[in-house]
Formats: sequence, structure tokens, C-alpha cells
Amino acid sequence: MKFAFYPGCSLESSAKEYKESTLLAAESLGLELEEIPDWICCGSTPAHMSDELLGIALPAYSLLLAKQMDTDGVLVTCASCYSRLKAANHAILNDGTMKKKVAEALGEEYDGGVPVRHMLELTSDAIAQPGFDEKITRKLSGLKVASYYGCLLVRPPEITGFDDPEDPQSLDRLVAALGAEPVDWRYKVECCGAALAFSQVDIVRKLSGEILQDAKDTEADVVIVACPLCHSNLDLRQRNIEKYLGIDLEVPVLYFTQLLGLAFGYSAAELGLGKHEINPVPVLRKRGINI
Amino acid sequence: MKSTSVADSTKTASTQFLERVEEQSGQKVRICYQCGKCSAGCPVGYAMDLLPNQVMRLVQLGLKDEVLSCATIWLCASCETCATRCPREIEIVKVMDVLRQKSRREGYPSPAREVPVFVSAFINNLKRFGRLYEAGLVGVYNLLSGHITKDMDKAPAMLLKRKIALMPPRVKGMGKVRKIMKNIEEMRQQ
Ligand code: SF4
Ligand code: SF4
Repeated sequence: MKFAFYPGCSLESSAKEYKESTLLAAESLGLELEEIPDWICCGSTPAHMSDELLGIALPAYSLLLAKQMDTDGVLVTCASCYSRLKAANHAILNDGTMKKKVAEALGEEYDGGVPVRHMLELTSDAIAQPGFDEKITRKLSGLKVASYYGCLLVRPPEITGFDDPEDPQSLDRLVAALGAEPVDWRYKVECCGAALAFSQVDIVRKLSGEILQDAKDTEADVVIVACPLCHSNLDLRQRNIEKYLGIDLEVPVLYFTQLLGLAFGYSAAELGLGKHEINPVPVLRKRGINI
Repeated sequence: MKSTSVADSTKTASTQFLERVEEQSGQKVRICYQCGKCSAGCPVGYAMDLLPNQVMRLVQLGLKDEVLSCATIWLCASCETCATRCPREIEIVKVMDVLRQKSRREGYPSPAREVPVFVSAFINNLKRFGRLYEAGLVGVYNLLSGHITKDMDKAPAMLLKRKIALMPPRVKGMGKVRKIMKNIEEMRQQ
């Protein structure tokens, strides 16, 4: 299958290793990705906060660009982009007035019909296919993994329509399919505070700190995420959270595509594991993973 | 009688506010029966001056000034926990969005000023580059909010780790993107 790839802003800057590991994982899964030329920002939370039409028209612009490509849909990796692109399709398909307004703003009509898929959905499809096990060349057995879904990947269910909003399982199933051990924990769908990452840092430190503390209490070796904004809060800010809350965390946070890439045999360097604030390599080695 | 007409006009203004919020958000705020489920699960509730269900109640009562000057509308992180759980299926974030927009456009002071400052800096950044230029956004935001100088620890995470592209993104078709954003502003003013 071929997808129009919408990396989103973070993957071009603070989350480069998510982009690199996504491209490697996609290749191993037999997914062909072609980046949408000149895609623009989805507007994320600030756009819908300031103007409903802006929050729909910005993603619609990139979806229109994708429509001109001959693909099976758009592939996204960020939970916020996913939510906004899907919200745009949903609004345009279900609200005739909004559809007209978007056409007026863009100077072109968009029908809301380009399918939007998150890399995690495609990965979930892939693990159900015969032959998936043969791609696994590195054993991850013994590694305890806490799957963090956060908010916008699974909420609101009318928009994302993907997995259970209160107790999602897709990442956990992936962890099990890779031979690692999914841990049961309480904070898998709690909010990390991404929308407030710049402007209300104390709130972010508290919310993200509680998530990391619960992962630690459950004795997870690593947390996996499917969103660059979650990663930024949980990993890049982790030392700052430790200092501010006076706690010791040291919880490595990986993108699920990095875990996938590890199982497929890619090296730590290829997957950008060294770019993280909390180095995951020691715990991976401690669990007997050969990297 | 004079007193009746004052009461009537107050009632009208309150009802009008409720009706406008319902119309603009597409949400039936009046069917909220105050069960409090939204507030029970709200991750930011501990920091709010009004809980989400109280915001809904104030909108029902048409208490415009109170609701448009509260911190809650800015502290709400749009996490969608409340909407997922609301037994009346109210999309609370859509209500919050309309309240935030009204608060800004009608010039209400915000007790959580950094949030609207960030939102404007973000939108302006998009207007200029089409994609988020994180380094530029951080600079402008810090300047406007006076943050960095106050507390270096509060810098955004990617800056703390210096994990950020220094060069601005280049997108072709920026003329068109700016035109679209201008169209939207004009449509809003109509
Ligand atoms: S959960 Fe829904 S019905 Fe209950 S108080 Fe909140 S908005 Fe009202
Ligand atoms: S969307 Fe806002 S009000 Fe609702 S639970 Fe999340 S932070 Fe609270």
C-alpha cells in the first residue's frame, strides 16, 4: 500500500528520530510512503481555540494536496495531527455549512474523503497479517513496556474511531506481538498537558510527572508513545520534572516505531535512540536485548 | 413597570448569551444536567477556578462576564476526556473554544494570560512560515510572556534539550496559505 505521508511540524524539528524510525518501520512493513509536497501545519490546538474554521481549513489544505497524489490515503504519526486531520474530514462530511465555508476560504472544494490513518493503525493491521513474525530478528522478550496512548489518538471516539477510548489495546497488542511484555498500568490515557507545554509548565510537570511515576511504580522498563508532543513532555522534560517534583524517575520513553525498528533488527543509531534525554540503552541491555 | 423591564432585559441578555454560545458551538449546553462527570475526570480541574460543569452552569444562566473572565477556559487542555464521558454527549471543548474566542474578541482579561499569548504567537508563526518554526515561536513567546528571563526552567522541553531545528521551514505556496488565513479572518468579521 502507498500512503501520502504527513509528518507534521515536530517530526521536522524536535522529533526527527520519530520520522527516521517511522520511515524504517514502514519500509520493513512494506508500506510505501511519499511525503506530501508543501504540506502545512494542521494548526493543532491553537487553531481550533482561536477560530473553528481555521481549525478545519488548515488540515483541509494539506488533505487537498494529498488528494492529488495517487495513494491509499494519508499517513500521520502525531496524535494531534491525526485528530485535526480527522476532525476536518468529519466536519466537512457532516456539516454542509462548514463544507461551504472551507471551500470559500480555500478557494477550492474539498469533499472530506481522503482517508487518514495513524501509523499505529497500519502497524496494528500489519501484525495481524501472516508473515509478520518472520520480520522479527531481534528478541525483545523480558522487556516490560508501558503503552501510553494519551488523549487525541483515542478521543473523542466519534472523530478518531480507533481503539477503545478508556482502555485502548493496540500498542499493548503490538508489544506482545514483538515478544515483549505489556504492563497493566493506570495512566495509559491520562493527559500529559501537551496543549499547555509552552504556557502552563507547572501543570505539564504535574501531569507528566504522574504518568511517569505510575510507569515506574508498575516497574515498566520503558514507556512507548505514538505522538511527538507526548514524547517531548515525557522524555525531554523528564529531568526538569524530577527536579521540580523532587522525585527520581529515570524512565526511558521510546516511540513505538523505535521499538518496532529494534525488533526488525535496526541499530540504536539508525533508530536515533541516542537523541533521548533518558538513554534507553542500559535497560535494554540489562534485559538481554542485543544492541 | 420599570423594575420588570430591567428584569426582562437582564433575562434577555442572559438568554441571548446562552443561545449564541449554543449556536456557535453547535452544542446544546442547556441539556447539561450537572452530573459533574466532566469535572471528576478533568486532569486540569485541580488548577481551575471554575470546574468544567460550573462553566456549563454559568453558560446556562447566561453569566457572561463571570465565564468569559475565568481561568478555566484557558487552562482547559482540550484533552477530550470530558466529552468522551459526558452522558449528554456534549462536546465540551467546542463550548470552551467559543468561550475562549468570545473572551479574546470582547477584550476580557485572562487570569491565565500566557495561554492566549501563546495561541496568538503560534498562529502568527504559521502565517509567516506555514509550518511551525519552533525556534522562532519560542523566541516570540518568551519575549511576549516575559518567561525565559523569569524562569529558565520553564522553557519548552525541546529547548531545554536543545533538540530543535534552527533554520525556519520553507514551504512553497505561502502566498496561497496567507491568502487563506486572510479569507478566514475576513469571513469571521462579516
Ligand atoms: S458531564 Fe456533561 S451533563 Fe455532566 S455536568 Fe458535565 S457537561 Fe453536564
Ligand atoms: S477537555 Fe478541558 S475541560 Fe475537558 S477534561 Fe480535558 S482539560 Fe478538562
